[in-house]
Amino acid sequence: MAATGFLLRGHMQNLLDALRAAGYRCVGPQVRDGAIIYDTLSQADDLPWGWRDEQKPGRYRLGRHDSPWGFAWANGPQGLKPLLFASADTLQTARRTDEGALHFESATPHAIATAVLGVRACDLAALRLQDQHFLEGLVPDPHYAARRADLFLIAVHCTHPAATCFCVSTGDGPRAEHGFDLALGETEEGFLGTAGSAAGAGFAKRLPLRAAEPREQDALEARITAAAAAQQRSLPARDLRAALFANLRHPRWEEVATRCLSCGNCTAVCPSCFCHAQSEEPTLDGLSSMSVRRWDSCFTQGHSAIHGIVIRADTRQRYRQWLTHKLGSWHDQYGRSGCVGCGRCITWCPVGIDITEEAAGICGSGHV
Amino acid sequence: MDAKPRLAVHKFSSCDGCQLAFLNQGAELLQLATLVEIVHFAQAGFVAPDATVDMAFVEGSISTPEDEKRIRLVRKNSRYLVAIGACATAGGLQALRNRAPGGAGWIAEIYPQPGHIHALPASTAVSAHVPVDAELWGCPVNGRQVLDAVRGRLFGVTPVVETDKVCLECKRQQGVCVLVAHGAPCMGPVTRTGCGALCPRLHRDCYACYGPAENANTQALGRRLADLGLSPAAIARRFLSINNAATAFRDAGDRWQEEDHGDA
Amino acid sequence: MSEPHLMHEAVICERIQESPTIFTLRLAFTDPEHKARYRFQPGQFNMVGLYGVGQSPISIVSDPEDEHLLDHTIRGLGRVSLGLSRLAPGGRVGLRGPYGRGWPLAAAEGRNIVLVTGGLGCAPAVSVIRYILRRRERFGHLTILQGVKHADDLIWRQQYERWSGLPDVYVGLAADVSAPGWFGQVGPVTVLFDRAPIAPGSLVMLCGPEMMMRAVVEDLRHRGIDENDIWLSMERNMHCAVGLCGHCQIGPYFVCRNGPVFSYPELKALLGERGF
Repeated sequence: MAATGFLLRGHMQNLLDALRAAGYRCVGPQVRDGAIIYDTLSQADDLPWGWRDEQKPGRYRLGRHDSPWGFAWANGPQGLKPLLFASADTLQTARRTDEGALHFESATPHAIATAVLGVRACDLAALRLQDQHFLEGLVPDPHYAARRADLFLIAVHCTHPAATCFCVSTGDGPRAEHGFDLALGETEEGFLGTAGSAAGAGFAKRLPLRAAEPREQDALEARITAAAAAQQRSLPARDLRAALFANLRHPRWEEVATRCLSCGNCTAVCPSCFCHAQSEEPTLDGLSSMSVRRWDSCFTQGHSAIHGIVIRADTRQRYRQWLTHKLGSWHDQYGRSGCVGCGRCITWCPVGIDITEEAAGICGSGHV
Repeated sequence: MDAKPRLAVHKFSSCDGCQLAFLNQGAELLQLATLVEIVHFAQAGFVAPDATVDMAFVEGSISTPEDEKRIRLVRKNSRYLVAIGACATAGGLQALRNRAPGGAGWIAEIYPQPGHIHALPASTAVSAHVPVDAELWGCPVNGRQVLDAVRGRLFGVTPVVETDKVCLECKRQQGVCVLVAHGAPCMGPVTRTGCGALCPRLHRDCYACYGPAENANTQALGRRLADLGLSPAAIARRFLSINNAATAFRDAGDRWQEEDHGDA
Repeated sequence: MSEPHLMHEAVICERIQESPTIFTLRLAFTDPEHKARYRFQPGQFNMVGLYGVGQSPISIVSDPEDEHLLDHTIRGLGRVSLGLSRLAPGGRVGLRGPYGRGWPLAAAEGRNIVLVTGGLGCAPAVSVIRYILRRRERFGHLTILQGVKHADDLIWRQQYERWSGLPDVYVGLAADVSAPGWFGQVGPVTVLFDRAPIAPGSLVMLCGPEMMMRAVVEDLRHRGIDENDIWLSMERNMHCAVGLCGHCQIGPYFVCRNGPVFSYPELKALLGERGF
């Protein structure tokens, strides 16, 4: 795709102002609690200029660098998922009259037009998976749909993958190829912008862009190519669905269960995991009750509990469920693997379990 | 209209903190009083310890011969009994004395007139003495837990017993993992949720005050804490704290104490 | 806008105690429009909501042409079902549905049917038995084989006796553990197979514990039943019932939408595999 234009680093505030003028709440990356997280962003100064990350299994650290770059880091613990598939949503409210009659009302989805700056290619791929799940199934989920409808996405190509990244092997990065309105590629002086939608092209006209120079384009290409080459991890390039289901009794499941905390951190940070639990929250007076859904995990007991039986009582079965679903049966459900190579489950596993190592250990690493 | 259900809040060996779960509710406490008849709740000024009730909340561990006698009476007088807090569910911090070497000899080292101390050999959970209908874990439990239990009882159902790990709630609240991002010795991965992930959300490592979660892999977490630089003795202390007598934590503490002595 | 999570009020018209722990709620939607719109197939289920407590997936045991009442047979075991067991006629519940794929009734027409069920109160099977008996001319011979753990667990005893007196119907009962007065055989449900009419070409419907279903399938395969003619009703944890919450997955399937009734070849790889 040819670049639409070049945005100087100093003009990032113009971009945020233009988004706000277009009616968007702007969400972007910023440093909080020792990590790069996505939240409402009003000042370009709040972007993580000069911050770099260091990630390895079970470890994440941020540090300052003497550099003007704002996107020289790989993803932190969350990306788009919490913005669309909220960690808690009220689905309906029930009211009970004194006579015992029940009245049910769907909770109105609340959504404000949101623009997200700095979306990575892996998260765009995960967004596609979540769209498939929440919008293209039996019935579209109204809460997800409302938030998704007014979403404007500004991708930033990944030029600084972490040691835990493996999006090249899943085919999802580091370049943002599609699914965005505008994509930016960071270079020494600023950002090469490319429109990915009519809305993105229209929006680009409101930005103080100058023409991109070929050398800038070349520099960006070289950066992205280097980012791809720098990735140290990969998933085995074989049919993992067949290999996983052929190895349901592999001793490795037992072994990983001795390390796994069954804490669900992997599923919480996974941008494609969609499981959620529904519960009732009555008011103390008993006059009304809300049905609320919250992020759940296949690593909990409640996930597979059915009148007194827990189908996945131990960690071996829970880890196996997660991996065989994510890398295996996801293909049947959504036509591809559920893993986009973001590496979050590796970094944010408190004990550093590495999905690429486990997959290779169970399936073998050959190209069969 | 039917008579309102009668409610009692009893205290045994404890700090009284869990009773604050009711008292701190403000407006909801007043609402509670319209839904149930509070018959006994000494801290709130209702005193009828021997009254029969529909629902009794019991705070505190069973630590003295008097406790032991009284809990049987409370059980007999209560149709539905809920143990609240770490003391009532696991023996509490004071159960550390169960681990003291050489029996009760330590009493003489602390109290000038040890003859006044009438304690059972161990501080134990309510469920070790009488059948319990529900247990609410936490040190202290919070208002949401106790009011949910009352509401559930009014609906004729048992309270939801949370068994998941703190991590799940921490991530729902978009918490950044303090173990991964800061190397803090967080107990969240083995600890029961219910607190709202209060500590990690305030950038502090969880110290396991809600007791062990289901399927807690204390060995794997212990090894991770060792990687973070904690000594076996320090790891043992992480487990042998407020819920030291809860089985999963007691066993983990024992293992790391053995490791510590092995090193010495 | 579609409202996939919304419940509708239903009233309990009748409550029948089937056994010490099993009861049937006969429900009717209170909104006449919703009641008129509502249609279901045997084998499908509803989410039944106990106000302020939660929702449970419960299969519908009444006949789809019974316009007035939706029968739900429930075993009081969990928080929701125990709470539901305490409701009396006139009480209100939330109801949404129907969900899932029911029994393959179109494919079953004109054929001999064998129903094998195990465990307590196999509601999904009862719905299909009643369906067939009310449309007797459309189906061939009906063989009903019910296994229970303990002889005392059998519910709907009179019903089985009544069914066994009907023409072209065979009823076989087996209990792992016998009790005084037990008139069936003793052993797993498969002990009934030698004596029961299981004609080649029959269509088989199964419901019950997975290990039992696996044993039954194996036995039936030896008797020459085609695996494509074996159908199973599955149970899993369900919160949403519309394929979103993820709890009910068995390998590639969401039981709430791809099931609860599956053909055996669909499930073959994972049936009885612990943890799925």
